[in-house]
Amino acid sequence: MAALPEEDMTPQLLERITEARQTGQRLVICGQQSKHFYAGVARGEPLDIRGHRGVIDYEPGDLVITARSGTPLTELEPILAEQGQCLGFEPPRFTVNGVASGTLGGAVAAGVSGPRRPWAGAARDFVLGVTMVNGRGERLHFGGQLIKNVAGFDVPRLMAGSLGTLGLLLDISIRVVPIRPRELTLSQPLSMEQALAKMTEWQRLPLPISGLVYHQGELSIRLSGTPQGVEAAQRLVGGDERGEATEWWSMLRDQNLPWFQGAEPLWRVSCAAAAKLADSAELKGEWLLDWGGAQRWYRGEAAAAALADYADQIDAQLTCFRGGDRHSPMVLLSPELVGVHRQLKQAFDPDGVFDDQRLQVHCPQAGQGEH
Amino acid sequence: MAENSGGVHCVKYGLTTHNIRQLRYFDHRGELVTLGGSGLDTPGYDLMAIMTGSEGMLGVVVEITVNLLPLPESIVLLQVAFPDMEKAGMGVMNIIAAGIIPAGLEMMDDAAIEVVENYVHMDLPLDAAAILLIELDGTQAEVEAQLASVKAVIEEFGAYDLRLAYSEQDRIKLWSGRKAAFPALGQVTTDFYIMDATVPRRHLSYALRRVDELSAQYRLRVANVFHAGDGNLHPLVLYDASQPDQVERTQQLADAILTMCLSLGGTVSGEHGIGAEKLDIACDQFSSVELEQFERLKRVFDPEGLFNPGKAIPTPKRCAELGGLHVHEGRVPFPELERF
Repeated sequence: MAALPEEDMTPQLLERITEARQTGQRLVICGQQSKHFYAGVARGEPLDIRGHRGVIDYEPGDLVITARSGTPLTELEPILAEQGQCLGFEPPRFTVNGVASGTLGGAVAAGVSGPRRPWAGAARDFVLGVTMVNGRGERLHFGGQLIKNVAGFDVPRLMAGSLGTLGLLLDISIRVVPIRPRELTLSQPLSMEQALAKMTEWQRLPLPISGLVYHQGELSIRLSGTPQGVEAAQRLVGGDERGEATEWWSMLRDQNLPWFQGAEPLWRVSCAAAAKLADSAELKGEWLLDWGGAQRWYRGEAAAAALADYADQIDAQLTCFRGGDRHSPMVLLSPELVGVHRQLKQAFDPDGVFDDQRLQVHCPQAGQGEH
Repeated sequence: MAENSGGVHCVKYGLTTHNIRQLRYFDHRGELVTLGGSGLDTPGYDLMAIMTGSEGMLGVVVEITVNLLPLPESIVLLQVAFPDMEKAGMGVMNIIAAGIIPAGLEMMDDAAIEVVENYVHMDLPLDAAAILLIELDGTQAEVEAQLASVKAVIEEFGAYDLRLAYSEQDRIKLWSGRKAAFPALGQVTTDFYIMDATVPRRHLSYALRRVDELSAQYRLRVANVFHAGDGNLHPLVLYDASQPDQVERTQQLADAILTMCLSLGGTVSGEHGIGAEKLDIACDQFSSVELEQFERLKRVFDPEGLFNPGKAIPTPKRCAELGGLHVHEGRVPFPELERF
């Protein structure tokens, strides 16, 4: 795919938003459509940000890069790698027509993070500043290029995971981290129960962990650090070195492992790392434990009710990540929080210029959808 | 939580906002609301991000669940001196650029070194322009490898008088100079004004040189003791509060320093918040539309203006009076909104 020229499309985007507001249109912000399957079904006119791209500022010694939101991750990451740096939260680059895709704006707006998340931080942890346009067509700048900044409310982090419902991100300043000199993946065959116990044990030790996954009968730990530090940890952890590990972690991150393919719904359980495993007969098998146990994936046609029961038992959050019924609200909240969500939407986008079907919130007690 | 604080170790371990798992607060109706949960994330808007660092403006937080980390197996503290501030700043930049994230990276300038030495008598190098304290932690093998890399980097920039501390007792002793800075200043001045601002690390040396120049211009001594690892400056202005003229010059100097930090892409508060004191200077950091957006956000949580009125976010009216808000033909934007 030929790279488009770097371009600042701020004037055109502002004009489109103002026009939509005046004519009562609803806009759906789209980049490369790599997370198009995720969350609620959007409705409205597309607002394409792919042309709004390019790095605005990058100073490796400051560990921060500022880039336009339409910049593809596959173009941003090599620029960082040249300086020995990377995006610490390993945003997934879901495949579109066989090509790894996703923009920086999409990665932040979706707030989805990869295998390194428990040790490095989530998308929201790396967002330092944003320039955005709210639903009134106002261009706003919050935060900056600094990790320490307590002037004003932390709007940049609020934007992470808001799925484009509060405004359009024009450019984003994001903290980057050094690529560690040595990475090593060690694997050992274990039962899921044994693996969870091992994960819990290792996470209580000061080890340089950067990935901890149980998949298809094997527990894999990724260690990242100095060669000496990794070697010392290897002696303690044990297991066999995994071949083609970089490729494997990349496939896990982008959900390209064969396990993720297929038509059955993919469910995500976000819970305490040591929370107990599902023991009901309905939920046996088909689990992939990531994030040292704190992110659990389930593939299959099991009754949503069984998964919801399990999530309740372990005080977890359950999301249907791919497939399933996308018209039911994805977020269940208390009545107070449903109110806050609705009013926040009003505060940023009073006329509903930006589609909010992607992030429908709902209060189970009230029995009705709100957004 | 209210100030999104981060101390010496936040270079490596993040600020408060990176380390909160769950919080509970009373909202404006007196209802107890829970944000976050037992897992690493919860769906919906990231309300914990908005509550953290909000200076008590959005609710009364009553319970916070924080992440814990295993204690590191090994810790080493390295203290080094630099012949000039430029080189010290380059040392800091290059440690980070070399891929090392120290647990702590703190600096003192010559004015602070002199005052501290007279107070704690640690035999600090009085000819140094800056002293850098670098703390590394991790497994023993990790720490040793990083220490070797750090030494290689700083020696390139003329570092001298290297001192190492491994045991807790030795580390406490070596930290005592940095930590004694405030009481030491109390010995040489009747009053001092502690500032808090952040600049991108790349501008650290330049910002310190400007602080020096401004100090001369306003005829007030300034010592610098600060978190170099994240560009968070703490200029300490020495003055005499019984002299009204000095009080006024201190405020002017402080404003000039903050304005300079803003011009470098910095912020008027790194870790201690806006409160009431910095409301005026915050007008320079935000435009009127940004302040209006803050106001609408505040009203989502606190429609009646119950929580900490007059703190943290300047009212557009206040900024207008200072000339910091663009008021077109006497019309304040969004006159229908209440100002807080």
